[in-house]
Amino acid sequence: MIEVKRPKEAFLSVFAYRMAPKEELFTRGHRACQGCGAALGLRHVMKAAGRNTIVVNATGCMEIVSSPYPYTSWAVPWIHVAFENAAAVASGIDAAIKVLKRKGKLDPNKKINIVVFAGDGGTADIGLQALSGMMARGHNVLYVCYDNEAYMNTGVQGSSATPYGAHTTTTPAGKVKFGQGYWKKNLPEIAVAHGIPYVATVCPSFPLDLIRKVKRALELPGAAYIHLFAVCPTGWGIPPAYAVKAGRLAVETGIFPLYEVEYGRYRLTFDKKLKPVEEYLKFQRRFRHLTPDLIKTIQERVDAEFARLRVMEEATNRPDYRSVSGI
Amino acid sequence: MKRVGIEVSIAIAEAAALAEVEVVSAYPITPQTHIVEHLAELVANGELNAEFITVESEHTAMSAALGASLAGARAFTSTSSQGLALMNEIVYITSSMRAPVVMALANRSLSAPISIWNDHSDVMNERDTGWISIFANNGQEAYDLTFMAFKIGEHPNVLLPVMINFDGFILTHVIEPVWMFDKEEVKDFLPPYEHPYKLDVDRPTSHGPVGLPDIYTEAKKQQEEAIRNSRKIIDAVWDEFAERFGRRYRAVEEYYADDAEIVLLTQGSVTEAAQVVVDEMRKRGKKWGVVELRLWRPFPFEDLKKVLCNNNIKCVVVLDRAISFGGQLGIVMSEVRSALYHEKNKPMVVGVTAGLGGRDIRFDEYVKMYEIGEKCLKEEKEPDKVIIVGLRE
Repeated sequence: MIEVKRPKEAFLSVFAYRMAPKEELFTRGHRACQGCGAALGLRHVMKAAGRNTIVVNATGCMEIVSSPYPYTSWAVPWIHVAFENAAAVASGIDAAIKVLKRKGKLDPNKKINIVVFAGDGGTADIGLQALSGMMARGHNVLYVCYDNEAYMNTGVQGSSATPYGAHTTTTPAGKVKFGQGYWKKNLPEIAVAHGIPYVATVCPSFPLDLIRKVKRALELPGAAYIHLFAVCPTGWGIPPAYAVKAGRLAVETGIFPLYEVEYGRYRLTFDKKLKPVEEYLKFQRRFRHLTPDLIKTIQERVDAEFARLRVMEEATNRPDYRSVSGI
Repeated sequence: MKRVGIEVSIAIAEAAALAEVEVVSAYPITPQTHIVEHLAELVANGELNAEFITVESEHTAMSAALGASLAGARAFTSTSSQGLALMNEIVYITSSMRAPVVMALANRSLSAPISIWNDHSDVMNERDTGWISIFANNGQEAYDLTFMAFKIGEHPNVLLPVMINFDGFILTHVIEPVWMFDKEEVKDFLPPYEHPYKLDVDRPTSHGPVGLPDIYTEAKKQQEEAIRNSRKIIDAVWDEFAERFGRRYRAVEEYYADDAEIVLLTQGSVTEAAQVVVDEMRKRGKKWGVVELRLWRPFPFEDLKKVLCNNNIKCVVVLDRAISFGGQLGIVMSEVRSALYHEKNKPMVVGVTAGLGGRDIRFDEYVKMYEIGEKCLKEEKEPDKVIIVGLRE
């Protein structure tokens, strides 16, 4: 067994919140629903990214709630173009910054972060091609997918990131169907397959872990991908006050494992004995129709995925492991 | 200036390089490909200090160009046909977000059936996307107009994207003599690109916000005014170019229109072919002429009225290179007809379509177009359906 060093923040994060930067760059006044996990997540990503950041936003909840003209919640340069092309727009901005620095039109020593925010629909479905192109070309862009597990902005339609069994308005649970009929697309693994330097999963219920990972992603050169678990009280059918708790339970049950992959090396940043998935599923309206058999199937899948991640962690941390990423 | 024999595609790429474009994002599509190949080569050899993004689709090509443009870099892309159709969504947004991207559009027909050859169905499909749209009818014009497009689009009173249209294959793949500039000659013609509201971390601005019903209409009105007002800058840039370099461009170009009875109204490379026909037929006593609608958007209403309502011209035969299915005959024809609607001494407007999907238009077919005009004049009746010249029945 190989000993893997894990950062302490992952465990401290729930308790030591005061360590987070104070500056707010995704500011108050936005129109997000009460208890919005995505808004909470963006706020903390921005705390980590800091002022020298250009934000590219795909069409979706966060774009809509933060920019009803003439108001804006953004204290940094912000651009929204369309639904599926946030990674493409970011690619163009990255190219512009590179050439303008080379020509001395921008200070070559000034680090300017480019951060994309896109929902799961804008990432797993319609924006996947643009994201793949951006990662393959290795642009200096941090792509953050805030995953609220359906098309929430248009009224809770199923996406390929909607979890197995979940009820949405286009995958309704009925007399013969049990909701979403296929497993959630594994976006972090798709990002890992591109050989980019940094991929991580974060959950705003673990804010310091989130901040550390965002900082790491921005430190490393090239493209980075962060998958942000965004609890959606409105779409999932939970009380807003439970949003942070739901995020914590998603991690604690293994439904949403927290890990990072740096230059191909996996590291679980939350690795404790998992709680049964039922604890996470039982208080959400979207899962209330699930039968014990379906819950058992979900439990099996979660256990298998967590075991797979442990294997990956062990295998990629062996002394003889050589990563293609970073060559 | 030096006169060289050069493939028109390469000349267009050289025009973009002359403008020192900073970001090129393009995707391969016939017949546009040579343009971006040449730019990639210039970047690879260090002759052009630019970022060349090998994007994974035209949709991304335009998205990246938009992002680069608003981040403060001079952005260029080039496409054709299906590529333009795929990027359509972002073509519209680019003008709406006031990003002065320049696009070289090698005109090609739209599928289906798939055809790589030339007509104007791609540009007509994008008619209302809010871009300044200009037609070149030979290699020299394509070179000059591409270079000037940056100066027009980037002008602080314009800030709109510009597309330069030139016929696929007929121009792109033909070697023509072109007067090419040295960098020194044009150094102070094109000022450096500076967008007043670029994405700047020291001066944060929000781009592309939500426009609720209380603001959307006003935003669109502003955009419409912007493109209408761009006309002054277009003329000023073309005038300055003429004064300095001797080649003059006008929104509406005429060829024997002042004393012609019938004129053919054209766009693109068919213009010069029609001029050859007119030269020949004038020897045979036909009072024919050619009017070229170079500036497609903003539409040059006044110029067109001045040229066409000159008391000599009895009939305008408008040659459309695309079809508006189930609509008003030809697209250009219906625009010309409605532009002249209120004029007292307006000529008869007749629509013909030809040269679709790369079909050549022969000498006798141009003659046929004028003869259709003659027939309509004789019968004193504008035809009520599209006449396709060169159609096999």
